Amino acid sequence: MNARIFFYTLVAGLFILGITQTIQRHMAFDIPWMPGETRTVWNIDAKVEFDATDKAILASLTTPYTQAGFTQISQNAASPGYGLSFLYEDSHPQAQWTIRQADGPQTLYYNIQLLVDDESKDQAIDKMPELVETEYGGAGVAADLAASSDIIQDSLKTSADAFSFTRELLKQLNAEDPNQNVSLVLSGKATKTDVLMALLNEAKIPNKRIGALVLEDGRRRQHLQPLVQVFQEKDGEIESRLFNASTIKAVDRTNLLLWDQSGKALLELIGGVNSRVSFSMIQQDQPALAAILQKTDNEHLFNFSIHSLPIEDQSLFKGILMIPLGVLIVVIMRVLIGLKTSGTFMPVLIAMAFIQTSLVTGLIGFILLVAVGLFIRSYLSHLNLLLVSRISTVIIMVILLIALFGVLSYKLGLTEGLKITFFPMIILSWTIERMSVLWEEEGPKEVFTQGGGSLVVAVLAYFIMSNEMARHLMFNFIGLQFVVMSLVLILGSYTGYRLLELRRFKPLADKE
Amino acid sequence: MFFSSPFKLRKKGIMGMNQRNSGYVGRYNPRRLYPLVDNKLKTKIIAREANVTTPALLGVISMQAEVEKVASFIENTPGFVIKPAKGSGGKGILVITKIENGRYYKPNGNEETLAEIKRHVTDILAGLFSLGGSADVAVVEGLIQFDSAFDGFSFEGVPDVRVIVFKGFPVMAMMRLSTAASDGKANLHQGAVGVGIDIGTGKAINAVQFDMPVERHPDTGKELKLLNVPRWERLIYLAASCYEMSGMGYLGTDMVLDRDLGPMLLELNARPGLAIQIANGTGILPRLKLIESLKDADKMSVEERVAFAKKHFAETPLVEIA
Repeated sequence: MNARIFFYTLVAGLFILGITQTIQRHMAFDIPWMPGETRTVWNIDAKVEFDATDKAILASLTTPYTQAGFTQISQNAASPGYGLSFLYEDSHPQAQWTIRQADGPQTLYYNIQLLVDDESKDQAIDKMPELVETEYGGAGVAADLAASSDIIQDSLKTSADAFSFTRELLKQLNAEDPNQNVSLVLSGKATKTDVLMALLNEAKIPNKRIGALVLEDGRRRQHLQPLVQVFQEKDGEIESRLFNASTIKAVDRTNLLLWDQSGKALLELIGGVNSRVSFSMIQQDQPALAAILQKTDNEHLFNFSIHSLPIEDQSLFKGILMIPLGVLIVVIMRVLIGLKTSGTFMPVLIAMAFIQTSLVTGLIGFILLVAVGLFIRSYLSHLNLLLVSRISTVIIMVILLIALFGVLSYKLGLTEGLKITFFPMIILSWTIERMSVLWEEEGPKEVFTQGGGSLVVAVLAYFIMSNEMARHLMFNFIGLQFVVMSLVLILGSYTGYRLLELRRFKPLADKE
Repeated sequence: MFFSSPFKLRKKGIMGMNQRNSGYVGRYNPRRLYPLVDNKLKTKIIAREANVTTPALLGVISMQAEVEKVASFIENTPGFVIKPAKGSGGKGILVITKIENGRYYKPNGNEETLAEIKRHVTDILAGLFSLGGSADVAVVEGLIQFDSAFDGFSFEGVPDVRVIVFKGFPVMAMMRLSTAASDGKANLHQGAVGVGIDIGTGKAINAVQFDMPVERHPDTGKELKLLNVPRWERLIYLAASCYEMSGMGYLGTDMVLDRDLGPMLLELNARPGLAIQIANGTGILPRLKLIESLKDADKMSVEERVAFAKKHFAETPLVEIA
């Protein structure tokens, strides 16, 4: 009895292990259940234009990194003649172009692909940006010191923390009917963003300028929208929030890419003048799996998986991992239905050949080969040969037949016929030998029963094994192999009647 | 309805293939003993040691070089049988019933040349008929002169009696009669007639061909109900003693009746088929369960087991099976 309990525990364990691993893979790596699923990828070009002044040029463009809502898949740059490197400056990514000498108008392109990804998160903030000790006027806020401290005092009264303080400031700056102090600070050339940052600095609240890009399919010549990121420390953790200086509304981060998070300049250029950076973007739908693979390629998360193998070996495994499903079909057909096949797992091999040849070609080819093979084999049986050499003769004969059919169909313009070479020849030869002996001993009826049974199982296995959905699931979720294994095990302990036995014993059951 | 309900079959105690495999063959037949049963030569040897009669052994051919010797084995015999030691399901058995002027005739009257006989031996040696295709030896046996009690019951072949022996108890028996459809072979799936035999008396109960009931032999027209196996007592005694001899708990014993030598063991089968239930018109499970419930079954002698079987499994049983 204990052995039984152990057995069922093992089966249940395998089943649960398989299902858990499958679900875990879906959740953690976001591998889709369906093969056809697509994911949105943004393809963004940044175009840097400037006039070179016949000197050595160094152009550094701040580039975005993985953030909430977006995962970087790939980046590249086109810039004839320039040296290019992607580097990290102060933990902010940059694309840096360099050239010894250039003159006249220059155009540099930077391209990045970002996957729309709900799973990705903003990077943790490890330190506050430093407060900038600017003189008023440095940022163009040539305003009265008293006016700005009044604004700060007003906002401080009606706020509790850095975020609510910023909101209060924005309310004052964006009031429909601004008071004198606000009018005064806004009267200069400075933008609202500059004013807001100056006021925050004045109030000793850490903040940073962010360049954000609004993503919209097919847009060209876009520019970054300035945002202000405000930081505050709470319970030892640094929090931040984004604000748009020209509105009191909260910043909506859907379709908003924070391109420049360096807090410095978007472009640093040495040796050029009149620089401009503009952006254009398109939205693309990529097969989800390819997109995720590209994403994880960078992250090395797939280390222990088939996806880490070279593509060639992967496609080999794509076939191998389908075999358990074919085997399951054989087990079901034999244990539950009671179908007779010639050779236990020959139908699976035939089904694999069908996958290569396509079903109709495969069926015609198989029946043709076996029929002609049986015919020739019946002559061999009169020759009084040893078994091994007889089978060897059959193998050579099968190969010649395959060659003959291949050439014949090619000459007739049926290129489909060439696929006949995909049949496993040794297996085919044994099938012919067995069927021939079966014919002599038990008559043609048994040959048709077993041959037909084999073909029925092979065709069924073919439909399962060539199913796009099944291929996708079996290849991407290794855990399903355990599920199939547990099913095969549980079928192995089935002691009930087979379907065909219900027919066979019917006269006995009906007898009174 | 095309299919019968599985519950109805269960209620009748009919055993299915899956249950036979895992519940009986797998549980009661130790794997290491299979060679004794699957190899007819080994079966013959252990049968001889256990004083169970078997057909006369004319010779054994175990190497290709010895194939020529087959002629010397079959000299001066009225007929002979060549079979592969490891054959299954009656495959590869060549029966010659008549030899005239150096010509060999099969039961259906077709002639077989000596060259063809040698080719058959070659095939056997190469393993064409053996389980898994492994190399094999050919066994040449004397022809059984079958008992006149079976005249008209069999067409061109030796009828044999299959007795299922479970833990040494003969639980169910069936006579297999070859027909034209079965080409002289006694295999039910090839079209031989199966006649259920009463364990208590050796008399026919019920007959089937291709799993359907029949009244008369399809070729000879003889009424099958009249079949009565002579020397039945000795036959089931021999069958039951195959348990000690082979160690197999769930065993099919194939017995034949020789005119002069009486019942003898032809071969053993570790995976006996299920058709015997149809031939007997009853399920085998209640009988197996009854024996499984016996506590001191292992201590019983062959005589006691046969007596128990006759008491409980006869067509008009003295004791009803609960």
